[in-house]
Amino acid sequence: MNEELRKIWQSFFDWVMGNGPRPENEVIPPEPPPDLPFTQKPKDKYSRFHEATLKERYDQWLEIHGLHLFSVLYGSLSVLTCIVIVSLLLATVAELPPFGHERNPANNEVIRRYVEHGGHETGAQNIVAGLILDYRAFDTFGESAVLFTAAVSVLMLLGASRRNKFDDSKSPHADGAGMDFLQRGPPALRHHVFRNEDTILRGVANLSIPIILMMGCVVVINGHLSPGGGFSGGAILSTALILAANAYGFDKVHWFFNERTFIVSSSTALMIYALSKGYSFFTGANHIHSIIPKGTIGNILSGGLILPLNICVGLIVAGTLYGFYALFSEGDM
Amino acid sequence: MLEKLLLNHYEAAAVILSGIGLTNLLLQRNLIKKIIGLNIMDTAVYLFLAAKGYVEGRAAPILISDGAGGWLRSSELYVNPVPAGLVLTGIVVSVSVTAFALALTLKLYESYGTLNIDEALMKMTEEQHQLEARIDEAEEEVLS
Repeated sequence: MNEELRKIWQSFFDWVMGNGPRPENEVIPPEPPPDLPFTQKPKDKYSRFHEATLKERYDQWLEIHGLHLFSVLYGSLSVLTCIVIVSLLLATVAELPPFGHERNPANNEVIRRYVEHGGHETGAQNIVAGLILDYRAFDTFGESAVLFTAAVSVLMLLGASRRNKFDDSKSPHADGAGMDFLQRGPPALRHHVFRNEDTILRGVANLSIPIILMMGCVVVINGHLSPGGGFSGGAILSTALILAANAYGFDKVHWFFNERTFIVSSSTALMIYALSKGYSFFTGANHIHSIIPKGTIGNILSGGLILPLNICVGLIVAGTLYGFYALFSEGDM
Repeated sequence: MLEKLLLNHYEAAAVILSGIGLTNLLLQRNLIKKIIGLNIMDTAVYLFLAAKGYVEGRAAPILISDGAGGWLRSSELYVNPVPAGLVLTGIVVSVSVTAFALALTLKLYESYGTLNIDEALMKMTEEQHQLEARIDEAEEEVLS
């Protein structure tokens, strides 16, 4: 019985190790001397034809089917994950308080305080403007800083390749360590096909650029009186710049708005924002009389610092959005 | 459950939209399409926040004149102003992240000539192997 089991185990072992069926009364050659390197070991040490071992077969199978299996598994698992997450969230949404009801927990005493006292505390007719540029002005300062940082990072990533192409030797970073990952590979050609005599586009641009600029200024300056503010007004102003760049070419826009202008204007706007709002918060927190007048609600010159802060934010947003467009389409600003 | 979902249909739509965005983010192999999926998820968050701030029958939070030089200040008249500020933060961060991700994708395309993340990873691994082989050769030369 023991003998039988051993035979079965032996044949199973042979099959796993990739040896064919063992003939009767076979002479097993002695093991090769152990000092031979691994790679020079004879492969078929039983001097029989070499079947693939189970591991080799598995590797082969994996090589042929593995990618397909992985992609199927990955796809089905990710769809399953998404379905589970969506159904959990839907079950949560079903338990939420009814939509638009005035007694919802979101409409609590914070909101009452903002709406009832926001007007005379900030001097802004638009409660949202008073909220984001007075009560929570540091939050908006952080947003502007995030936008500026993103613009500078995109400038670093996309602007560097083009600059280094022209003056490789003069650039201070040409041999500097740490910057070489920016110069890898030839920069792709992303220049606009610029048609010099596009009369229709130029006519439309001549007509609409002044209107767009005026609209942007109105939205920025009336930020504390009506919907809008620095972010939306700055986006409108940047569309005027982009239209000008498309109609007349980026070189014309470079005359009055280039990388240097952008950096200087955005940094100045951020500094003005930080200093003025820092002063305002300092005086407010220490109950010192602030020299900034509130003005009467509804006038253009009201709302304390909200109007200058809106102009600062508008400058940053206009420069950043135009910068994104110029960098992605032209590779330079 | 279904009628409760219909009651909160804006929030339900936001959740489904974020699921679509997440699926896009996981399944697409093209990096630009992955970034589009991320933006769809952002949009879902804005929709959810805007829906939570709405109150039936109230005006936008801009003070209304009472006709006699004063302003109507009752909180019963205006919708919740806080979600508007939160959505503004979300939009700005989303724009910044999208621009930075697209810039990185552009650099990747310039280096490897593909937008497919699998192909780019394969090329990166190949490069790594070549680098290791070169290091090994140099070591052998130094040793011999």
